[in-house]
Amino acid sequence: MSTSRRKFLKQSTAYGAAAALAPSLYANSTRAADDIQVGVLFSLTGGLSIVEQSLADATLMAIEEINASGGVMGKMIAPIVEDGASDPKTFNEKASKLVLRDRVPSVFGCYTSASRKAVLPVFERRNNLLFYPTYYEGFECSKNVVYTGAVPNQQLSNFIPWIMNTLGKKKFFIVGSNYIYPREMAKVSKILIEQGGGEWVADEYLELGHSEWGAMVNRIKESGCDVVLSNVVGDSVIAFYREFQNQGLTHDVLPICATVTSEIEIAAMGPEAAVGSYTSFPYFQAVDSDANRAFIERYRAFVGNPNAVTQHAMECSYFQVYLWKQAVEAAGGELTTEAIREGVKGQVFDAPNGKVTVDAQNLHTYLTPRIAQWGADGQGTIIEAYPEPLQPLPYVAYGETPENLFCTSAGLDTSKL
Amino acid sequence: MADIIFIGLSLSSILLLIALGLSITYGAMGVINMAHGELVMIGAYTAVLAGIYLNMNLLLALPLAFATSAAVGLLIERVVIRRLYGRIIDTLLATWGVAILLQQAIRLEFGLTFFDIRIDGLGTGLQNVSVPGYLTQPFDLAGITIQPYRTFIIGVTVLLTLLTWVLFYRTRIGMQVRAIMRNPQMAAACGIDVRRVSALTFAYGSGLAGVAGVLLAGFKSVQPDMGASVVVDGFLVVVVGGVGSLLGTVFAAVLLGQVNGVFAVLMNDIVARAVVFGVVIALIMWRPQGLFSFKGR
Repeated sequence: MSTSRRKFLKQSTAYGAAAALAPSLYANSTRAADDIQVGVLFSLTGGLSIVEQSLADATLMAIEEINASGGVMGKMIAPIVEDGASDPKTFNEKASKLVLRDRVPSVFGCYTSASRKAVLPVFERRNNLLFYPTYYEGFECSKNVVYTGAVPNQQLSNFIPWIMNTLGKKKFFIVGSNYIYPREMAKVSKILIEQGGGEWVADEYLELGHSEWGAMVNRIKESGCDVVLSNVVGDSVIAFYREFQNQGLTHDVLPICATVTSEIEIAAMGPEAAVGSYTSFPYFQAVDSDANRAFIERYRAFVGNPNAVTQHAMECSYFQVYLWKQAVEAAGGELTTEAIREGVKGQVFDAPNGKVTVDAQNLHTYLTPRIAQWGADGQGTIIEAYPEPLQPLPYVAYGETPENLFCTSAGLDTSKL
Repeated sequence: MADIIFIGLSLSSILLLIALGLSITYGAMGVINMAHGELVMIGAYTAVLAGIYLNMNLLLALPLAFATSAAVGLLIERVVIRRLYGRIIDTLLATWGVAILLQQAIRLEFGLTFFDIRIDGLGTGLQNVSVPGYLTQPFDLAGITIQPYRTFIIGVTVLLTLLTWVLFYRTRIGMQVRAIMRNPQMAAACGIDVRRVSALTFAYGSGLAGVAGVLLAGFKSVQPDMGASVVVDGFLVVVVGGVGSLLGTVFAAVLLGQVNGVFAVLMNDIVARAVVFGVVIALIMWRPQGLFSFKGR
């Protein structure tokens, strides 16, 4: 992490100097004629920087790799790195700066739904393009965002039936952090649970960042459930799993099945608290392929930390730069939003997790759902995977099916909601 | 029912652990120590580093964290607070600055990240401290499930509270501290070395924060800004209990912890939090000086 921070400092000082020398309106003219500038917008400071720094690193690594292998149609990519500072309002300002002053054709960035919602008006009003790498709650259909992370059906449509059929657990306790993502995930889960003939005994929320789990775990214990579905986010995850262990609950009897707990959270809580629990994501560090092993190695070398872990949103941050490159090439090098959007539709790329395809209708990405069980070494063992990538359905909680799409290239059909 | 009381008791003990040090620095010395949370954080990081480099478990880290936080507290007193006695608002601003400095020192690994040197256990990331196995296995006692780690926290808290009481009410230096609380000029006139006693008191309060940090690290993630949320709870307890009253602090911690526990179990944690703040507002309106208070300076 430290190397990239230094790189970032150097870069930002260089751009800062460039901007200071030229009157800001003409900042564009200072760039070399054969470079393509793009925005990179993540939180490099503040509470979310723990995760978002790694997303920025993965993005910069992809850019460096593309440049090293000849760039995009012979042009180098020049990233303009901005810091969202874990604050949606700052995200909005920095997005405006990238779009209006730097006039970048596309921006790679945002992690939380709050930051995406904050920058969305900028990209829609100024007709620019955001590449968004995080798994999120769906319920969005913007023509100015390419979504490369999982949507609820790609995390849950395999997970819930698997819990009921393979684990044989039918009584769910749903618990999450109190904001839109966990609530939408719970909504989709309930539909799937009821379809499969199971039941949910509780649907509980704690505020984001809450770290006193005594009462909630006690309630889980008393509820008579036989599986816990966790949509808990951030460092609450760590307190939750530890309290679960301290109250003597074990994952072989009452497993936690999570949608947010990734390698980063497992490393932070100490793996022994999570041994035996499950997570559903399209990508795990444990994905067994040469492409993934090479990716992990390159990433560790890039950030200068031999123990760095990789996770889902990070992998999406990496491959979405390649999708963008292919889109620009498909557009014949034309850097308008329309051309890149048309170019990205149907793009296929061999990512570390396998083949990914951008859906031509809703600009979301086909990903392969996987389920992993956590081991004592902090790594998952993949115990269930789809044979092929699954179509993204951002409105699945409202009845969207592959035959009846709500979000198409014509926009959102609100009459179906 | 026993479960609910136990959860409440466990919440109380954590509140008391944080508030104990604060009630000494704020109550006895009139310093609004915004860096108290950061002293808790330093205690937690001491446990993390002791685990990595000295292979010490959580129990052995307790005295070490006390010593580290006390030393940092002593330094803060000597450099900053010493010049600000009697200027209560200025102590708030100055110690807030100290808090930011301490946070950044951990986050930037004492500035070494700029030279590409990494220290395992520091930095922006989340850290954790593992709890010894015998403290995580719950057992049944007379039909009640006992959680050893929380019981251990309650035990340590009771012990530290007793120790503090003995120190303040049964020793010579404790009497001097209480004299300074009432009237520092008069105490100085009677031959008490006010500066030295104040420095030691501040260091003791800081050391207690360090112990709280180690115990919190057992079920929370350790990170540079973990102190910020902690310090608010600490001030709540001290203000409700009455500034400068050890008994008041204990009473307020038990009250707020139990209210929180009962409502968290019967309703949920978000409601419980709101009820706790409601109780605090009501108590402060009813008794602005706190539950137990005496006329001081």
